[in-house]
Amino acid sequence: MIAAIDLATLWAFIIAFAVFVYVVMDGFDLGLGMLFPLFPAKADRDVMMNSVAPVWDGNETWLVLGGGGLMAAFPLAYAVLMPALYTPMIAMLIGLVFRGVAFEFRWRTTSARNRWDIAFASGSLLATLAQGVALGAILQGVHVEGRHYAGGWWDWLSLFSLLTGIALMIGYSLLGATWLILKTEGALREKAYRLSWVLLFAMLAAIAVVSIATPFLSIQYAQRWFAWPNVALAAPVPIAVAAVTALLMRSLGQKQDSRPFFLVLALFALSYAGLGISMYPFIVPQSITIWQAAAPQNSQIFMLVGVAGLVPLILGYTGWAYWVFRGKVRAGSGYH
Amino acid sequence: MLSNLDPIVLARAQFAFTMSFHIVFPAFSIGLASYLAVLEALWLWTGREVFINLFHYWLKIFAIAFGMGVVSGIVMSYQFGTNWSAFADKTGPVIGPLMAYEVLTAFFLEAGFLGVMLFGLDRVGPRLHFFATLMVATGTLISAFWILSANSWMQTPTGYAVNSDGQFVVADWFKVIFNPSFPYRLVHMVLAAYLTTSLVVGAVGAYHLLRDPHLAGPRVMFSMAMWMAALVAPIQILAGDQHGLNTLEHQPAKVMAMEGHYQSHKDGAPLILFGLPDQAAGRVDYAIEIPKLSSLILKHSLDAPLAGLDTVPRENWPPVPITFWSFRIMIALGFLIFGLGLFSLWTRWRGTLFDSRPLHIFALTMGPAGFIAVLAGWITTETGRQPFTVYGLLRTADAASPLAAPAVGSSLLAFVVVYFIVFAAGAIYILRLMAASPHHGEQGPSGDMPARAAGITPASGVAGQGALS
Repeated sequence: MIAAIDLATLWAFIIAFAVFVYVVMDGFDLGLGMLFPLFPAKADRDVMMNSVAPVWDGNETWLVLGGGGLMAAFPLAYAVLMPALYTPMIAMLIGLVFRGVAFEFRWRTTSARNRWDIAFASGSLLATLAQGVALGAILQGVHVEGRHYAGGWWDWLSLFSLLTGIALMIGYSLLGATWLILKTEGALREKAYRLSWVLLFAMLAAIAVVSIATPFLSIQYAQRWFAWPNVALAAPVPIAVAAVTALLMRSLGQKQDSRPFFLVLALFALSYAGLGISMYPFIVPQSITIWQAAAPQNSQIFMLVGVAGLVPLILGYTGWAYWVFRGKVRAGSGYH
Repeated sequence: MLSNLDPIVLARAQFAFTMSFHIVFPAFSIGLASYLAVLEALWLWTGREVFINLFHYWLKIFAIAFGMGVVSGIVMSYQFGTNWSAFADKTGPVIGPLMAYEVLTAFFLEAGFLGVMLFGLDRVGPRLHFFATLMVATGTLISAFWILSANSWMQTPTGYAVNSDGQFVVADWFKVIFNPSFPYRLVHMVLAAYLTTSLVVGAVGAYHLLRDPHLAGPRVMFSMAMWMAALVAPIQILAGDQHGLNTLEHQPAKVMAMEGHYQSHKDGAPLILFGLPDQAAGRVDYAIEIPKLSSLILKHSLDAPLAGLDTVPRENWPPVPITFWSFRIMIALGFLIFGLGLFSLWTRWRGTLFDSRPLHIFALTMGPAGFIAVLAGWITTETGRQPFTVYGLLRTADAASPLAAPAVGSSLLAFVVVYFIVFAAGAIYILRLMAASPHHGEQGPSGDMPARAAGITPASGVAGQGALS
């Protein structure tokens, strides 16, 4: 059961870690963007925006590390997946453009109806939907011939990929809502509690539906889940999801401050672990394993030195930035 | 309609378009981050209020430009995979780690400290805030280091081997990173970024001095910008010359295209000032030439022979007209910047730096010159590398993704529409900020955000200012 940890496996974990940190950190930013239409008051929106303005850029950098790291450590996977996910990737990038510039632009416009609020919300929604669809498209597998993607440019679109797209929108929105519980107060926070309940039930439904649909995509997923030794890893996941959900409900019921956000993160971590068990050791499901896609050892070792030395440092100063801007964001005072 | 077009041409158009928009922002933010660090250092050192006012004034502009640089940069980092997947597969083991190091050593550093730099002065105090500014400025320079190393390797590849899958793999990391054209390109680009920023700062200073020559902020920024232009422009001309000689050694066909030398010259090649290159016929029409000057510049000898494109197989020719013209635009702007620097030194010596309307009008018109020169320089070096993506080794035609024209065409169209909307708006907001003069008690980005500004009473603002200055 415990395979020897080789370099490719190590790098698969590093890339997975970078993508997970991205999901954790940009997930609540994007979720908060998608919740914007539900908070029409300008004062509320100012507070929401200020709660992520100092950290969003660092959050998004993990996406660049995930993409750049994939190209560096598994160039073949990057070269096959990017054309396969062409449209969702372009849509995500365009969504992130609108979302990103809105952070600065919305304070600069002089028009009363702030178009950059619309850009912020729709950009967040488009980027999230595209990320979820991309995940579904990867899971359903892509058509590979030789070292190239050999499918069409609409292959990514399916009921399943739309399902994962919607599931991610729900998940990020729940992260956003619990982030607001953590960072705000008063009526805004009350509304975030109510939204969290609704979104939590929606997320549980989404997890269930995606989990049931996945084994039907390919017999390999079913084999991987239910065959020994993986079943020992896979079986505790639903049990843990149930336990975390119970804690989360209690925490929302008691109106706790920071715990709901971290429990939702735990739900994400469990879903993510489930994904990892489903995919490993494939990096392009059913076609390319991490060993086939791996860059030469000296490329992976060269980067490993940098990752080992720098990622702890990065986590350190990122943590410091969050610490500097800790606490509640208040309407009318912001960071002053 | 789109299906009749060549997907490779569309992919190249998309890269050229998105890259041209992107490069403008780093060119400006590399220089501006360093300028902000200098302003904050001067404020901490002298305690003069004018420096913190200027710092906050340019910080607001930096925030917008940096944001646009980030979002347009993410597009670039994914475009290697979406449109150039064969390139990504083949060069990933070499280029990938360089870009991964850029993310780890530069992007995170910039992003991690940007929030504190923009919004955190009151939270962390002046000294720690200055440290954050320094980290952001350092990050922009480290970023330039890695990305120019990667680009230079594509121009002058060394230190590699090719494996059985047809991938480039690394034989010697030092030779990959410090490939032959890298030191020249790094110096040339960083100086270009500093000059670009000094021209923008100088133009904004000149604009306000034209209306009122007594304003403290514009006087300081104009003087600083003109020192920068006067000192760096001649160094840049020297650096550019050295870069050209390096290109002659490693990418001779690019220099032939820059010079418009279709023919070889056995005893002394002329410098073609202007002319109309005719790629099909392989000659330059209506050429205005100075005999033997090209040999003097490139070989330091009037009669030195210079080979032309007639020594290069036709299928390896770069597109001469684009390379030829973009090179001339860059050179012309370089000398105009040099002229602006000299003019400023002369007025400074005569004591009319802040009163000379011709100087101010000249500086104002030169505001965008750095951006145009940077774009022209990049077009020269990138089209001069064609028809290769990795010079001499990987053809551009073999680097693209297996995509049909409609896919590449519609994404190109989407980027064109989105970029024009978004970056036009950004440019308007930046120009609007520049149109106001820096004033007493200038606030940074946080001061402009209504939710934040509402809580600051005038008294606390003044007290804060007093305590800090």
